Amino acid sequence: MAEVPKKLTIPAEEYICSGHLACQGCGAALAMRYALKALGPNTVYTVPACCWSVIDGPFPYTTLGVPLFHIAFEAAAASACGLSAGLEMVGKKGVNVVAWAGDGGTADIGIQALSGAAERNDNILYICYDNEAYMNTGVQRSSSTPWGAWTTTTPARHFKKRPKKNLVDIMVAHQIPYVATAAMAFPEDLIRKVSKAKDIEGTKYIQIFASCPPGWRMAPEYAVKAVRLAVNTRIWPQLEVEHGVYTINRKPRKYTPVAEYLKLQGRFAHLTEEQIEQMQEMVEREWDRLLFLEKSTHEMAGLPLAGEKAAASKEGGAGAAAGQG
Amino acid sequence: MREVVTGNHTVSHAARVARAQVVSAYPITPQTQVVEKISEFVADGIMDAKFIKVESEHSAMVACIGASAAGARAFTATSAQGLALMHEVLHWAANARLPVVLANINRAMGPPWTIWTDQIDSLSQRDTGWMQFYADSNQDIFDSILISFKVAEQVLLPAMVVLEAFFLSHTAEPVDFPEQEEADRFLPPRVATHTVDPEHPAAFGGLTGPDHYYELKYMEHNAMLEAEGVIKRAAREYGDITGRYYKMADPYACEDADTVLVVSGGIASTAKDAVDEARAAGKKLGSLKIWAFRPFPREAVRELLAGKKRVAVVDRNISFGQEGIFCTEVKASLYGRDGAPPVLGFIAGLGGRDVKVRDLLAIAEAAEKADCPEFNWYGAKP
Ligand SMILES: Cc1ncc(C[n+]2csc(CCOP(=O)(O)OP(=O)(O)O)c2C)c(N)n1
Ligand code: SF4
Ligand SMILES: [Mg+2]
Repeated sequence: MAEVPKKLTIPAEEYICSGHLACQGCGAALAMRYALKALGPNTVYTVPACCWSVIDGPFPYTTLGVPLFHIAFEAAAASACGLSAGLEMVGKKGVNVVAWAGDGGTADIGIQALSGAAERNDNILYICYDNEAYMNTGVQRSSSTPWGAWTTTTPARHFKKRPKKNLVDIMVAHQIPYVATAAMAFPEDLIRKVSKAKDIEGTKYIQIFASCPPGWRMAPEYAVKAVRLAVNTRIWPQLEVEHGVYTINRKPRKYTPVAEYLKLQGRFAHLTEEQIEQMQEMVEREWDRLLFLEKSTHEMAGLPLAGEKAAASKEGGAGAAAGQG
Repeated sequence: MREVVTGNHTVSHAARVARAQVVSAYPITPQTQVVEKISEFVADGIMDAKFIKVESEHSAMVACIGASAAGARAFTATSAQGLALMHEVLHWAANARLPVVLANINRAMGPPWTIWTDQIDSLSQRDTGWMQFYADSNQDIFDSILISFKVAEQVLLPAMVVLEAFFLSHTAEPVDFPEQEEADRFLPPRVATHTVDPEHPAAFGGLTGPDHYYELKYMEHNAMLEAEGVIKRAAREYGDITGRYYKMADPYACEDADTVLVVSGGIASTAKDAVDEARAAGKKLGSLKIWAFRPFPREAVRELLAGKKRVAVVDRNISFGQEGIFCTEVKASLYGRDGAPPVLGFIAGLGGRDVKVRDLLAIAEAAEKADCPEFNWYGAKP
């Protein structure tokens, strides 16, 4: 019998079974697995049109061990608000009501409902798994597609020339209690954030960076590596914004150049050296802005800024073990 | 020029050849290739157009409405959930009398999620004031889009060309594309009046009381009636150029038929095979394809069906609690007319269930039985 470690960094319970329909190396499938470990069985999901409406399986199957309510593409947040209110009125209190949507269902067609829910501060947890395009319909651009990327509606010769929509700042502007980013390659951080969010009253928003090998034109074995690189290059900063106070959860001591991240993925293959340099500059500008926000919002709230060392050592596990390159 | 293309790419080519100036669309299975191809055409300068990659179908339709109000030729394509999300502004386009053209890929409505074909998405838009044409081949898709623009810009009503998910959208067939000059002759640049233009300040669509609203509806209705003549003229002109003459109600071996299958969309081409097979077996079967659903070809339906022993309407749609929608339309056209045949309704093929030649033959056979109910769910498993 295998020896059970005294203290696992990730809960052992599984609320998702094998046999789902995700592609090999699907980041969204892993993100779901980790999120459910944090949420536990007293949870319901509402899922708009996205890859996850297929991944869960065709009738009469389902992959999740908790209810999954399918809803129209534009409607994730509003359906969560309805479920949350309805469950409370029928006497089922304390259920985690989770809207689980892709970046298209969040940043594009679903932003109106999300903004409405957040402004009312309805008691829902909204999780966006961000794979930076409409994968379910075959890789079309979303407003979350980054500058420089190929998609079928931003062909390589005319790649996307506008930056990724900054949903984090948009959600922060709604003055909700909790906004965070996570990455499916850093499960401890992801689970900690989802666990924290579930105990907060009001609207919580978490955006999880999740790779999509076919959509990123990348081999499935890079699914985790690419997302680690996204964090270590600072393309995908791991953040928490609590009542408007920004905290950067991970500040790699040595930053990996963005080129390392880009070269794994065919969707960036057309970029010239100058364009990659341009991207490097964009990333640095954004990082400086975040450092400034972190410092200034902490100062305004009269909170001490945790030293880099402390922040890094809290990570532990796979997160801290993640390579610097 | 003849090319082998899918139904979806046929739609993209039609938008290009029609010289649509503003395209705004949002991806949805099974329509995505339409958008992808148009986005390539525009990016590569093959199409001199602006492509607005909006964040929802509601915005896609509204962007077309805006472009059309400015005087441009506007086009979009969608399907099912997307068309349903446009519903409010489909009314807006029609009531504002803007000649937007839309290709809808028929797909059944969720829940449960489905991507396969049926007609309820487009037929649910029946009363929005849009013309509707149901194509039965990729050639038909192309031709219908060109004809739609011409008619829409003349009668000032928007038009929808409808094709079936996968059976047409993803099936490659040879399509004859007219030379661009020929197409331009048939469809010259839009001459728009009453546009949003700083040289002619005016308000569009402001609050209107009962004194005027009622007459606006009367005019809109008349425009739809007038469209019938305009469609016939445009179809004739188009036929003179291409040799392909479209009829709003298109009969196949109807003249001496005892039983006529009334069909639409891809089932109409399957029905021709069914008719051939029945005829070979000595049975007097005919079929009638409804190409134009709005305006509905009432006169033609009356003439072509008068005196038949029976009519079986095959509906890939259902108005719950009533019957198939084409069936209701056919009955309404025939009601109280001399020689009106009995009309039997058959629901078939919902959610993409295949309707084969043998199914249509079975429907014809069932209709011929003396005790055939007026309304039938063909092949429903109990
Ligand atoms: C109203 C409506 N429009 C379009 C669609 C088609 N559609 C389904 S999923 C999807 C893209 C989803 O993208 P995203 O939210 O990023 O999730 P992903 O597929 O990447 O997981 C689209 C366009 C739909 N189902 N409903
Ligand atoms: S297409 Fe991408 S997001 Fe969708 S299941 Fe496959 S890997 Fe996951
Ligand atoms: Mg996505």
